[in-house]
Amino acid sequence: MKSIILASAVVSAISAFSAQAADTIKIAFIDPLSGPFAATGTNGLREFEFAADTLVNAKGGVLGGQQFVIVPFDNKISPKESLVQLKRAIGEGIQYIAQGNSSGVANALTDAIKKHNKRNPDKPVLFLNYSAVDPALTNAKCNFWHFRFDANADIKMNALTDVIAQEDGIKKIYLIGQDYSFGKAVAAAAVKFLGEKRPDIEIVGNELHPIGKVKDFTPYATKIRASGADAVITGNWGADMVGLGKAIGDTGLDVPIYTYYAAKNGITKTIGASGKNKIRLVHEGNDNPPLNEEITAYYTGFKAKYPDMDITQYRIANTVGMLADAMEKAGSSDPVAVAKALEGMEFKTLNGDILTMRAEDHQAIQPIRISVHTDENVTFDADNSGFGLVTESTVTAADSALPSTCKMDRPS
Amino acid sequence: MFELIFFSLLNGIVTGLLLFMLASGLTLIFSMMGVLNFAHASFYMLGAYLAYTISIYMGFWVGLIVAPILVGLIGAVVERYGLRYVHRWGHVAELIFTFGLAFLIEEVVQFIWGKDTKAYLEPEVLQFPLFTFFGQNFPAYKAFMLLISIAIFVMLLLILTKSRVGLIIQAAIHKPNMTAMLGHNVPLVFMGVFGVGCALAGVAGVIAGPALGTFPGMAVVLGSIVFVIVVIGGLGSLTGAFVASLIIGLLQTFAIALDYSVNDLLTALNISFDADSALRDLWSLSLPQVAPILPYLLLVLVLIFRPTGLFGNRET
Repeated sequence: MKSIILASAVVSAISAFSAQAADTIKIAFIDPLSGPFAATGTNGLREFEFAADTLVNAKGGVLGGQQFVIVPFDNKISPKESLVQLKRAIGEGIQYIAQGNSSGVANALTDAIKKHNKRNPDKPVLFLNYSAVDPALTNAKCNFWHFRFDANADIKMNALTDVIAQEDGIKKIYLIGQDYSFGKAVAAAAVKFLGEKRPDIEIVGNELHPIGKVKDFTPYATKIRASGADAVITGNWGADMVGLGKAIGDTGLDVPIYTYYAAKNGITKTIGASGKNKIRLVHEGNDNPPLNEEITAYYTGFKAKYPDMDITQYRIANTVGMLADAMEKAGSSDPVAVAKALEGMEFKTLNGDILTMRAEDHQAIQPIRISVHTDENVTFDADNSGFGLVTESTVTAADSALPSTCKMDRPS
Repeated sequence: MFELIFFSLLNGIVTGLLLFMLASGLTLIFSMMGVLNFAHASFYMLGAYLAYTISIYMGFWVGLIVAPILVGLIGAVVERYGLRYVHRWGHVAELIFTFGLAFLIEEVVQFIWGKDTKAYLEPEVLQFPLFTFFGQNFPAYKAFMLLISIAIFVMLLLILTKSRVGLIIQAAIHKPNMTAMLGHNVPLVFMGVFGVGCALAGVAGVIAGPALGTFPGMAVVLGSIVFVIVVIGGLGSLTGAFVASLIIGLLQTFAIALDYSVNDLLTALNISFDADSALRDLWSLSLPQVAPILPYLLLVLVLIFRPTGLFGNRET
């Protein structure tokens, strides 16, 4: 009798566990949670968790009550380590992989995932790239399993150079970036678009420095100063951006710096007054002025939960929201069905923008904004510093779209 | 061009002297105890973070004094209750101990202060350009870094060569057994030197934090370069560490400033290669791109031609 009770208890425990397991959809978050870029990675993780909780789970989940669970994996920003973590995630039965920090990692992951899906067609994995902006990922290297929710480096540079082209005072520009695929993509795009839009601008420097290894950016700042540049373009992020921004400020070089990632995670606070009205940043989001009540509520909610962090990437909310919508549309959490539902899907962001996931290359097409680092008219500051980003100009989704060379094989 | 050379010279000296402050502590510890303290740069990071916290409440100057003392005390405790205990299993155990300590300190720092960059800033009295040359500013804070580093070098040199404490330390470095026989408490000297070495790393952290950024990766960025300096300078030689620090500081700064590639050199020598030769990538590398590996190249050369280091007078 006793053994029967025990057995039934075990059986019910197991079925309860499996029922619970079936109620969740796991998303592996593979990004740096230690090392020089840990701040960026950790902030992204919290945003993913917050987006999953508020945008999906609190509203009853997807597919009749399944909850999103974000499972963190630390890749230490290394492509090699990322592949190990990818194996672990797949081993745990996770079919959705989110990654964003470093295009070097994204390039490794997209290859590995493509290979995995070819070998395991019954258990495919989908790659939700929320931040790695190397254009190759949606051009030469595009594949069916990869979706990018951020605008790629070319699209951002296109918007950035539109703004630069209107500045008649700029005659000489210095390009500096991190020595890997993304830094190279930024430099190549800058050379290309400046050549088209302002052939009179001279590129007085095109420099790549080792990523995450430079102790002191002063020698670079000295070089930029000596080159007589009127403006600087950089794609630097993390500690490399702080170092560069500070060094340029220290040399007293008073020129605009056009950037991709020069805000939040401590950067805004460190740059502070020295970068006021000097640093301009291209991004898909919008901090100030807030566009509607929905985004204000989302922002305030996040700040209430994590007072020391900021919403650094609005696209994370878009990634989570679109994934949930695609699952509802497909009526299943099967990656192939979800991927097909995502293709060509239109999504209204919290900012009220309309985002389209272009079917031909899986690149999200959305409005791009250029913001300035300032302490005037700032509703939502960054790093609790009083300084924040105020939108100066917006490039519409249609104008931001660039053609793709992608040739994609789709599963039948 | 002159502007570039002038500022590169200044920047190189500032970087070099900062490296010296780190290396001086390490070279003392290394030459006395034979322990390559892998956690040395972690004490540097600890100095920056402690000073950051102190500066919030009591200002930069209090941090400059108190943080290194705290770091030195932590160092002394580590030596007394960690290293000395581990010592009985030999040098490998000591090495692994300090290696583990580096990871531990990094985790602790991240746990207490978080992972993002801290806004640890220069004191306001030093936030002005000292002079402007060719329109380029030289921040007063950099000059302050320079002065402190030189002061520390002079002070260390005087203590080591002119004072009784220095005499005992020098003796303990070269003949530890004989010094102990003469009635000196060598373990206590070891503890003191380890503490002072860590405190020096702490000072470097306190003054470098505002200039180079205070973030959890700051130890990793400087970690390996300090060992290079100690080895190039030579075991037990403070002067060696000083010269090696300056060489490396200048080497790295000038390598970044001068945009030459192997290709330029070959062109100057009237040698040319086929444009699509397999080695093209190699000889189109420019000096700024190889700047980070130059110190290690120098290390290899020194080990080949002068294994005791530039000023070393003792085999390891």
